[in-house]
Amino acid sequence: MSYNGGCLIGMRGKNCVAIATDRRFGVQALGLTTEFQKIFPVNDKIWYGLAGLGTDVQTLSEKFTFKTNMYKLNEDREIGVKTFAHLVSSTLYEKRFGPYYAEPIIVGIEKDGRPFICSMDLIGCINFAEDFVVTGTASEQLYGMCEALWEPELEAEDLFETISQAMMSATNRDALSGWGGVVTVITPDKIITRTLKGRSD
Amino acid sequence: MQVLIGIAGKDFVLTAADTTTARSIVVMKHGEDKSRLLNKHNLLLYTGEPGDTVQFAEYIQCNIKLYEIRNGLELGTSACASFVRKQMAESLRSRGPYNVNYLIAGASKKGEPELYWGDYLAASQKMPFAAQGYAAYFVMSTMDRYWRPDLSLEEARVLLQKCLDELKTRFIGNLPEFLIKVVDKDGVRIIA
Repeated sequence: MSYNGGCLIGMRGKNCVAIATDRRFGVQALGLTTEFQKIFPVNDKIWYGLAGLGTDVQTLSEKFTFKTNMYKLNEDREIGVKTFAHLVSSTLYEKRFGPYYAEPIIVGIEKDGRPFICSMDLIGCINFAEDFVVTGTASEQLYGMCEALWEPELEAEDLFETISQAMMSATNRDALSGWGGVVTVITPDKIITRTLKGRSD
Repeated sequence: MQVLIGIAGKDFVLTAADTTTARSIVVMKHGEDKSRLLNKHNLLLYTGEPGDTVQFAEYIQCNIKLYEIRNGLELGTSACASFVRKQMAESLRSRGPYNVNYLIAGASKKGEPELYWGDYLAASQKMPFAAQGYAAYFVMSTMDRYWRPDLSLEEARVLLQKCLDELKTRFIGNLPEFLIKVVDKDGVRIIA
């Protein structure tokens, strides 16, 4: 899980959610690229991220694109965020005795407008959190930062500030994470993605 | 010990691969070409487990050709890279995974260059410049310093020479000869 490096945060605010990732992709100590995409949109209301082994991040994101496209064609409606979370969980548990080395974070707005976040371990055990979820090589640092900075009922702009500061400070203390950041904030009427400039070392 | 380097320039990709085939302490052959042409504008360079490398590369080459025959169109570089990654990912958790690291260099007919790095675990990334093997530890920093998005072929050749000189100075492995190719809108050709 710490071969390629990388980490994620998901945070819940007042009628909004945010997901943040660093951008590093490397092979152990050698950093290779600063543009590794670890967060992906499902639709307007749901984004998810995968942290862990790079190959499984890419394989799983392709699998989920396929599964959600099929869902849309079969059901003729958009998938709900809780449903998607269970879809991810089953996909991971299918490989219980030869798992994908990736730990997902899912954030989204439910059909009734309530914000939703959750994370999972590599075999699909869902953690339904009320406040924030973290995963990746800097997870311990992230837990510390989020616990200190998060407060309930943050508005979208404040949530962006909080999640960004937590990501930057935590990844600066981890050799395998960092090299910039990307934050996406989702509200019922818009999605804003911003790129963070961080220490490139 | 094997080295692959790729540099994407303005409208081309410059690639270099060492030409030595060695087993343990013996150099078996000089002049080995560690690449396979996928189609007119796309080149797959490979390193890794002997045997796996050629089997994998030729399997990919044949399947890309088959796609062309069936569908009548030449696959673009990102499609080739995606196909290669998928095959690698399927092999990863099979009975016999391919232990191959690769670079895919391609230029569309319009001349937009693309370079993809891929490893034996089936992670793949589009990169402006890339290297496989021990070389990466030496030449990635050199290319970080001197690469620009609009390099001409001469400038890229100078940058590549800087990389090869770095290896000569600092890398313990003796790599006397490199095969240097250019991929652009006119296809693939060897340059000195």
